[in-house]
Amino acid sequence: MTLFNILLYLAAAVVVVATGFAITRQNIVHAACYLIVSFMGTAVLFYLLGAPLLAALEVIIYAGGIMVLFLFVIMMIQYPPPSTRKAFSAKTWCPAMILVGICGLLAGILVFADPANRLRPVAVTATPQAFGDILFQGYWFPVEITSLLLLAALIGAMYLGRHNKRDNGK
Amino acid sequence: MILYWISGFILLIIKLGAALLALLLCAAYLVLAERKLLARMQIRYGPNRAGPFGLLQPIADLIKMMAKEDVIPEGADRIIFRYAPAVAASCAMLIFAVVPFGNSLTLWGSPIPLVVTDLNVGLLAALGLSSLGVYGVALGGWASHSKYSLLGAVRGVAQMISYELPLGLSLVPIVMLSHSFSLVDIVAAQRSWPFIFIQPVSFAIFFVSAMAEIKRIPFDLPEAENELIAGYHTEYSGLRFGLFFLGEYVTLVTLGSLTAVFFLGGWHGPFLPGVIWLLVKIAAIAFVMIWIRGTLPRFRSDQLMDMGWKFLTPVALINIIVTGAVLLMISA
Repeated sequence: MTLFNILLYLAAAVVVVATGFAITRQNIVHAACYLIVSFMGTAVLFYLLGAPLLAALEVIIYAGGIMVLFLFVIMMIQYPPPSTRKAFSAKTWCPAMILVGICGLLAGILVFADPANRLRPVAVTATPQAFGDILFQGYWFPVEITSLLLLAALIGAMYLGRHNKRDNGK
Repeated sequence: MILYWISGFILLIIKLGAALLALLLCAAYLVLAERKLLARMQIRYGPNRAGPFGLLQPIADLIKMMAKEDVIPEGADRIIFRYAPAVAASCAMLIFAVVPFGNSLTLWGSPIPLVVTDLNVGLLAALGLSSLGVYGVALGGWASHSKYSLLGAVRGVAQMISYELPLGLSLVPIVMLSHSFSLVDIVAAQRSWPFIFIQPVSFAIFFVSAMAEIKRIPFDLPEAENELIAGYHTEYSGLRFGLFFLGEYVTLVTLGSLTAVFFLGGWHGPFLPGVIWLLVKIAAIAFVMIWIRGTLPRFRSDQLMDMGWKFLTPVALINIIVTGAVLLMISA
């Protein structure tokens, strides 16, 4: 077991444990904090697997951008205190179980496809330049479609915001 | 082999320790410099009792903060309340790890680069850490269980995420010009011309956004004392308040050093060694920020949002398009 493998499995364990806490905590802010830790762990995984650009984007966009917005919304709304909420009903368990089933199936396929455990994680790197070249030369069309989709969402959000203002008589 | 590893590890620890010590000393004496300069601008003396010219004032402040009682208000979320100041301070300090402070030094025949770590995504790492710094404000204000803290935190989060966008966008032309995210390469690309002459618009946007990120006057709405007492850190006392305070001044130093690296040529400069030049540039940027603090009144909330979203962001986008067009024209 090399130092690289130890770090990799350590980061993976942090991701799994933090995500587990994120979906079981009753306090919604604590859950958000665990989710942030999970994103940071994912960033470390990306870095160790040789994708520093993806690691940086994971931190900036998910840990630093989206989760901040989540927290912002949580701080603005009054959520019901933990005691009044029913945490573990069939409604919450059922989707979780389906997801666990799918993940288990995929893990099983991965293990049985390589029973001798020949495929080991190795250290490789993709420089930001190489990543950008592949993304914008090979996949420029999906990138453009996605950006169009985001633009549509942005205009929609702006329209909703304007509509509310007129209703208030301003 | 083992010896090689151990020597590398020891070197790393020494570099980390030296960078951290320099950073903390800079931040501590920046507080004193700010108080002195502001005092002179307001025609008074400023702190001058502790040591000659008040030079021991930062140490006296530190002892005062350590001796104070650490109060955790009733109803506060104790765990988050305890760790939020540490998040604010550590994110600020970690940014300095990617800032190069000189040309590589040669010791016993092997070159030692004067940077803690030269990441090939250094610029993005710095932006990511500065966006993680928002959590110190958001969680600290939320966990305090106080109206003023919560209002300050909400304002702080809104302001910091609004100004992160122009902060990041203003650096895109720099990356286009230097063909790299690495701060070492960006400094190397400015050997003949600092980028401030090529990208003055980017510099202005970056400087204003950086000031908003540090939440200083005229951008100090999250801690506006006449409305919110002290905003998100109202309920903090003792060393935990000290950590917030330290984080703020360390961010001032790190953002000053990032401005120097991206626009003022980093450690490049005639006659003097690189480290001195970087210090001079950081001091100059800090001085301008203190000067602005002593001059301008606070923004109104709507003015703040308008400036971020309706002025700085579009100008930054147009600047990127113009830079791209000019670069294509030159290469064609």
